[in-house]
Amino acid sequence: MSLSLLGQSLVLLALVCCAIGAPVGFLAGARRSPQGLEWTRRLALAFAFAMALANLVMEYALLKHDFSVSYVASVGSKETPTIITIVSLWSSLEGSILFWGLVLGLFTAAVAILQRRGHEDYLAYTLATMLSVGIFFSYLIAGPANPFAPTPPPIPLNGPGPNPLLQNHILMIVHPPMLYLGYVGMTVPFAMSVAALLRGNLGATWLRPLRNWLLVPTGFLTAGIMLGGWWSYEVLGWGGYWAWDPVENASFLPWLTAIAAVHSALVMQRRGTLKGWTVVLILITFLLTILGTFLTRSGVVNSVHSFTQSPIGPTFLVFLGICMVFSVILLALRIDTLAAEPADEAVFAREGAVLVNNLLFVALTFTVLVGTLYPILAEAVRGVKVSVGEPYFNRMAIPISLGILLLMGIGPALPWGRSSAELRQRALLRPIPAALVGLALTYAFGAREFMVLFVGALSGYTLWVTADQGLRPARARMKKGESAPAAATNAFLRAPRITGGFLVHFGVVMTFVAIAVSGSYQFTREGMVLPKGDSLKIGEYELFVDETAVDREPHRAVQKAVVRVTRDGKDLGILEPALNHYPTQSDPISTPSVRTTATHDLYLTLMSTRGDGAVGLRAIITPGVVWIWIGVLIMVFGTGVCLIRPSGARRRATAAEVESVGAAEAVG
Amino acid sequence: MSDERKRRRVIAIVALLVAGGALAYLATANIGESLVYYWSPTELLAAGEGAKGASIRLGGLVADDSVIQSDDGLTLKFTVTDGESEIVVHAEAVPPAMFREAIGVVVEGTLSTEGHFESDRLMIKHDNEYQAPEGHDTRSMEQLMKSLQFEGTRDRVGSS
Repeated sequence: MSLSLLGQSLVLLALVCCAIGAPVGFLAGARRSPQGLEWTRRLALAFAFAMALANLVMEYALLKHDFSVSYVASVGSKETPTIITIVSLWSSLEGSILFWGLVLGLFTAAVAILQRRGHEDYLAYTLATMLSVGIFFSYLIAGPANPFAPTPPPIPLNGPGPNPLLQNHILMIVHPPMLYLGYVGMTVPFAMSVAALLRGNLGATWLRPLRNWLLVPTGFLTAGIMLGGWWSYEVLGWGGYWAWDPVENASFLPWLTAIAAVHSALVMQRRGTLKGWTVVLILITFLLTILGTFLTRSGVVNSVHSFTQSPIGPTFLVFLGICMVFSVILLALRIDTLAAEPADEAVFAREGAVLVNNLLFVALTFTVLVGTLYPILAEAVRGVKVSVGEPYFNRMAIPISLGILLLMGIGPALPWGRSSAELRQRALLRPIPAALVGLALTYAFGAREFMVLFVGALSGYTLWVTADQGLRPARARMKKGESAPAAATNAFLRAPRITGGFLVHFGVVMTFVAIAVSGSYQFTREGMVLPKGDSLKIGEYELFVDETAVDREPHRAVQKAVVRVTRDGKDLGILEPALNHYPTQSDPISTPSVRTTATHDLYLTLMSTRGDGAVGLRAIITPGVVWIWIGVLIMVFGTGVCLIRPSGARRRATAAEVESVGAAEAVG
Repeated sequence: MSDERKRRRVIAIVALLVAGGALAYLATANIGESLVYYWSPTELLAAGEGAKGASIRLGGLVADDSVIQSDDGLTLKFTVTDGESEIVVHAEAVPPAMFREAIGVVVEGTLSTEGHFESDRLMIKHDNEYQAPEGHDTRSMEQLMKSLQFEGTRDRVGSS
């Protein structure tokens, strides 16, 4: 059997599993039928298995250079290094949708296995919803975006290889899978919320898995967005990491609403309120992932990420429409069933701050969405070609982000529920000295811009609150006489979520400061430099070109300049910015070379070479960039820590008990 | 629901509507100032005075025998044409590797009061979809413009 046929059969098998599993699951949910649930689980696992096999077949075809498979003929080439061949599974449209199917399958299987016990009320509906999404993607892979279609004869002997931009850097191997895990993973909280709405109940037993399944894709999405920015910085040669490109925005939008949902879920767990609101946020998050995929895959926007004009755009639009109508109807009919348990409504409390934080996140989502869709609407309605420039995004996003940073300090400082005015006042005033220290430090480092100084002060405030609240459970234990290491360990194991949450906040503050500094104090010099001749000066650095060279590799030619970096006459080593020439590409692709230090990056791009041997160099100095990557890594790590199961709670303990333990720890 | 709670809910909804309205107003006001127009030389000239000071991405071909580069390689003058109209461009930039006559370019900047185009970003467009000038083809020009949106945000030249 040809690989083409084998692959197509597996995809059809996956489609059949979804098409049967989805209605069976909904029925089983409605009738509370254990057998129906068991069948849904089996079909969910079969779907995952078929998708995994289909992906393996594609990998095999890629590695064997079987050009009779159309996808291999369009992205494969015998000269491409093996590792790039493996990852070219997601380097083009059809393969990336196939990979999407795999990730969806893995998440479906994970839910079917991990939530097997104790969640019978919700599991059938959840799996049925995931399999319904699976119907759509299996259909896409089987039909409009079929990577297994046989190549029309004559079968080529070699292919063009994947897009050179994707071959250029190691980060390209990890960035797309992370984003997919985040994007596709949002299907899980969506399906779990749909199940809660259909069941008309969102009880404590379902809250914990819902929160965890919301955290998992949010963590992946955080990592994926950061890796994308890092890749852009290391590869694209313009010295920045974020350009408000429509497709960057597409990944940013669901991330914002997911984070809002993570925080309102916290209120839901603690206070029993905001249930309907959290579910709305989760539904919007899912819709935004579908919208984002539509933007990326339909060719309506042009971007580094967009694939070629493709016929699947309209299909996605229809799917988006169906999901929206379904969500609105479901909410209209069922949201009242998730009414809040009567609780003391306190506004000047932690839950109040979370609510305001949520509104800011929604406002930010709205403004970014408007800026992203505006050019598409303007072209459709008025026929004019425009783009929305960075100034719009920066002017709108910066004030809102500063508000979020402020609330990150105020919120955790406030107690939950009702409290006395004096207590609140004391809690809010105590971190003020830390804000002054933050301000003074920023000033001492030479910052004079109002925005940067303001971020410095807010960061000082927020860091103090973060450390204070994060260490509170351990301090409470020490007061009871435990030694410091024992108290820290026990407090952590009892409620990893508290440590994890404040670790994330710590990473956020670090990222904030680094973005403010790098955005405000970047500067650029350009010039033509002759080898062994004159130099280019930037800041304290002086750059000399030792020589130029061309390395020939099987799939490309690398033209590079050997640049010696000196400071005050001291030799600091060599940077080698390069231009890569691919046979399939008329434009060379540049590879910048970066010298990273704790305080700043020196970033060199080779622009051009002139007849007399002179090279055009662009040098950029950006302070603080490295702390962005470190800050986001801390955020991702903290998200992982939140997922650790608290010890002490019996494995079968109800979530409510676990929560009350956590609450006692936190109030300490 | 008690009257007190009802009253608070109404206040909350009104406050949200006001905040949402303010946000929508701010967004529309700001977006108008940040728009970047994609124009050909003909469209740019048709816009007349309105083009002066606006953010424009001008696309076209570098006219033959029009490139003048200063000795230090840092300033560049050339003419951009779409077959019907042409505009002189001043750029302070090291030209990218592919820059030459008869190549597709997009320059970002604005029309100066003296009537030349003052550019702070210069982007090369050279791909198979875009074939050069004989029989000026509006469709390929459109593709050129569209395909340049991405490089516009990424490949900055001399815009520190």
